[in-house]
Amino acid sequence: MSEALRDASSIWRKVSTPSGRRHYRRYDMALVLAALSLSLLGGLLVWSSTRVSAGDAGDPFFFLKRHLLNLTLGLILCLIASQVSHRLVRAYAPVLYVLSLIGLVAVLLVGTVVNGAKSWIAVAGFTVQPAEFVKVSIIVILATLLAEKRDAENQPMNLIVIISLAVAAVPVLLILLQPDLGTVLMILATLFAMLAVSGVSRWWLIGLVSTGVSAVALIVAAGVLAQYQIDRFTAFLNPDSDPLGVSYNVRQAEIAIGSGGWFGNGLFQGTQTAGQFVPEQRTDFIFSVAGEELGFFGSSIILLLMLFITWRLINIAARAEDLFGRLVAVGMAAWIAIQGFQNIGMNLELLPVTGVPLPFVSYGGSSMMALWLGIGVILNLDATKRRI
Amino acid sequence: MRDQSILRLQVFKWFITALLITLLARLFFIQVITGEDYAALADQNRIREISTQAVRGLIVDQAGRPLVANRTSLVITLDRKTISELPDQGADVLSRLSNLLKTNVEDLKNRITPCGATDAAPPPICWNGSPLQPVPVARDIDSTLALRIMENTLRFPGVNAEVVAERVYPAPNGANAAHLLGYIGPISSDELAAADPTSGYLRTSIVGRAGLEKQYDLLLRGTDGKKQLAVDRAGNVVGQIGENPSVPGNYLVTSLDARLQGVVERELQNAIDRARSNDFKADGGAAVVLDVTNGQVLAMASYPSYDPEIWLDGLTNKEYKALISEANGVPLLHRPTQGLYAPASTFKVVMTAAAEKAGLPLTGLYNCSPEVTISSRVFRNYESRAYGPISLARALEVSCNTVFYRIANELWVQSGKDEVRTGRDPIEKMATTFGLGKLTGIDLPSESAGRIGGREWKRQNWERNKDVWCERAKTGYPETAKRDPVWAETLRQYAVENCQDGYLFRAGDAVNISIGQGDTVVTPLQVAVAYSAIANGGTLFQPQLAKAIIDVKGNVVQKFEPKVTGKVATSPRVLSYLRESLAGTAVNGTTAWVFPGFPLDQIPIASKTGTGQVFNKQSTSWLATFAPADKPRFAVVMMVSQGGTGSGTSGPSIRKIYEAIYGVTGSTIDKSAAIFPNGKPLAKLPSVDQSGATVIIGEPALRSQR
Repeated sequence: MSEALRDASSIWRKVSTPSGRRHYRRYDMALVLAALSLSLLGGLLVWSSTRVSAGDAGDPFFFLKRHLLNLTLGLILCLIASQVSHRLVRAYAPVLYVLSLIGLVAVLLVGTVVNGAKSWIAVAGFTVQPAEFVKVSIIVILATLLAEKRDAENQPMNLIVIISLAVAAVPVLLILLQPDLGTVLMILATLFAMLAVSGVSRWWLIGLVSTGVSAVALIVAAGVLAQYQIDRFTAFLNPDSDPLGVSYNVRQAEIAIGSGGWFGNGLFQGTQTAGQFVPEQRTDFIFSVAGEELGFFGSSIILLLMLFITWRLINIAARAEDLFGRLVAVGMAAWIAIQGFQNIGMNLELLPVTGVPLPFVSYGGSSMMALWLGIGVILNLDATKRRI
Repeated sequence: MRDQSILRLQVFKWFITALLITLLARLFFIQVITGEDYAALADQNRIREISTQAVRGLIVDQAGRPLVANRTSLVITLDRKTISELPDQGADVLSRLSNLLKTNVEDLKNRITPCGATDAAPPPICWNGSPLQPVPVARDIDSTLALRIMENTLRFPGVNAEVVAERVYPAPNGANAAHLLGYIGPISSDELAAADPTSGYLRTSIVGRAGLEKQYDLLLRGTDGKKQLAVDRAGNVVGQIGENPSVPGNYLVTSLDARLQGVVERELQNAIDRARSNDFKADGGAAVVLDVTNGQVLAMASYPSYDPEIWLDGLTNKEYKALISEANGVPLLHRPTQGLYAPASTFKVVMTAAAEKAGLPLTGLYNCSPEVTISSRVFRNYESRAYGPISLARALEVSCNTVFYRIANELWVQSGKDEVRTGRDPIEKMATTFGLGKLTGIDLPSESAGRIGGREWKRQNWERNKDVWCERAKTGYPETAKRDPVWAETLRQYAVENCQDGYLFRAGDAVNISIGQGDTVVTPLQVAVAYSAIANGGTLFQPQLAKAIIDVKGNVVQKFEPKVTGKVATSPRVLSYLRESLAGTAVNGTTAWVFPGFPLDQIPIASKTGTGQVFNKQSTSWLATFAPADKPRFAVVMMVSQGGTGSGTSGPSIRKIYEAIYGVTGSTIDKSAAIFPNGKPLAKLPSVDQSGATVIIGEPALRSQR
């Protein structure tokens, strides 16, 4: 507790220090700029995909404004988080974790059903998606656990690994209840990456992979999946099964992306987009706007920015001063990369539709704020390290 | 420890890189390698080619008075596809809409169900158009109602309000002419399949489906335009890409005269009322006015009729049932061309010609006895009246049956009695040259041919029915026997006789034909065509409603010339004899009581009455006339089924029609009051003004509606 207080006073000191230039140079501005570029590009794409429908409702800029508002709130969160010592974050990791679990329970109790999943809570005109914030808190709590002091040992103690798995399992089960399979898969992938980098025995990794595979087989056999999930998978395996039903989304997204060619139809010129042929376009299928209007070149920029951010985060992990920092950075990298892969993969009809947003680009406040919160934590870790 | 962690970090990094490169490769494949296919798909999504219906041409009478015109109307359409995709199959929307439109859900459902669906109501109630097309369910609605629906698209998914062009029936001078004009509606799959590929018919075409609208559809419809529209996912139009404008349809100038049509319709109604006041059922009637010199139809009425506007917003089950209900007299049946009736005594003109042809002298005297025995059967005169030996002319005037019975027997004996099995007998041959028993070829769809119950028909009929008769001869009629054993036995005897020698054309059959009874049935139009031939010296014209086609600027596109379909096989002497005889009918024959005071000296009227006996029903009233008898121009025929005697029911009405044609009041002629002041229909065609409205001949102050 006294340590936390000391940290709090050190934040105060830092903020009040007039030497601003040195202050900012410590942060990985390339990472920030890449994420900011993606967010702003997302704003353009969101605008393009919604200007017609929102215009009909009276304000063509409605979703653009909301996206920029989300980004602003995200940047504020990022700024705050970047000023909070990682030690404080570590100390409060269990609190964050419990808070996010409360959010998940709340969503199950009072949540709103959208597209067959109960993932949103309506708060004062906004909808909050607690699972997005859970992603941050899980990364932080897992990093905290796995980086526990273990002296000369190369590997985390098995008990710690088991506790970590249990800690991850609780939110995973809660999210499965919504059900939001995409997020669960992404969390499991992140957990695996963090475990791997934390140095656990390869037997753990092999064991987890085989458990995962058999679990999937079991779930499919037992019919635990919601009907809409089965429909999506069926549609993925056989896209022509129901061209106006489940596979309609994917098909229309594919047409939009395909018709973009090398350079696209130009911003606001996409007929698939302007005609609103792609459902859920501003969220899950935002990549199809880029595909249609910006073409191969524009869409590649999104992919390359994602890759750049991932590499940058992995570099931060590599040079982290302690295992906690490394694990948080790896967790963030896994989150952004895996979720991006899931999202773009389903846009390109490589993966089944799992309803996860494209990091930074998709419209959605919870996702945007959680991501920037995570970036803020990373910035602080890295800056702390560089200062020393 | 560090090394292993870093190693795994590197593995992770390259794993992620590999994943993203996979995406990049897939992206390249979709966008660059197969991109063009997708671009085409996107265009398919986006571009809708819609046809813009050309403005349909007017149908006008000979002076240019519009009988069918156009106007715009606000209609409510229902998109069946959108509705069927709603969770409740649209039950909610339908009930809300039915409240708003003050109709019931069942009717709405029937209206939008495509014909051919398992639960579809019979056509024309069901939706005959494309299943993908929105179905109009209410027309001519209030704009505030339309706005209420459009404001609330969420509460009314699949419901739309749009402006459409629709037909309007101005009914000039009260002329209804519903059966003649017909109606338009969406093309049916069968019609589309049968259509000439060059006709330009599309799945969404609105075509004439009855009457003149159907007959002259290709000339009236114009050429549809095409519009390429950009649409969004919901099908909302977001812009226009290209357009090919439509060409308006031509106008059909008919030979009808709206004033005469109005008079004829009212007089037919009067005849019906007259019959009913004399305790006849009078369940249907027909009246035809032809120009005997060319076959042009000047007026044609059918009773009962209906309001042609009922077709405009589609029929409800109830409306359709009313149109085909026996209790209502089957209003949909066009009696002048589709109704079949025994011609009764109007047939006697044919008998007279046949008698002369067979060598019986026109100048001889024939015994009009109260009865005559032929083949040991006694045939009686009407009310057993007797006139003694009289001329054929007198026999026609007083309509003496026994004279024609004897003639029929004579011809029957001459033509080989019942020993000859094939070929036509002389009466049948003569009747055929008068145009009876075959289609007149009038320019209306679905005409009935009728038949002459002669030798040939008798044999053919036996071929068709002998199996049934012979079966019945064995089994009898057990189902009837339960109720009425005596009647069942009579039926069985009848079946036994028919089975054995039903093919025989017996004397009794010939006798029946001679007075237009038995198996012989004709349409009122056939009778009018036959009497026109007597009037014009023996030429059979194809009756025509179309006089000309003019374009929207009034240029003549096509003129319909008279079409001769045959010559009556008798001499001018006989025809002239017939004309004189029939002219006597109005002076001192069966219609003399109708024409007191009528200036018959200036306008002699030839007429023949007929009173047809129908088994189990009241008699059919016929009156066939033409005028002036010495230089004929008009033939007027009226028929009332279950209507009593020819002259009693139709006589006064026929007189009124002639009075209107010639402008007769009492016994004076006022040409300025005449429909045809010069005693003949208009020769010239109406013109069209700049607005596209027809300029009505003889009514310079009045303008027609477009």
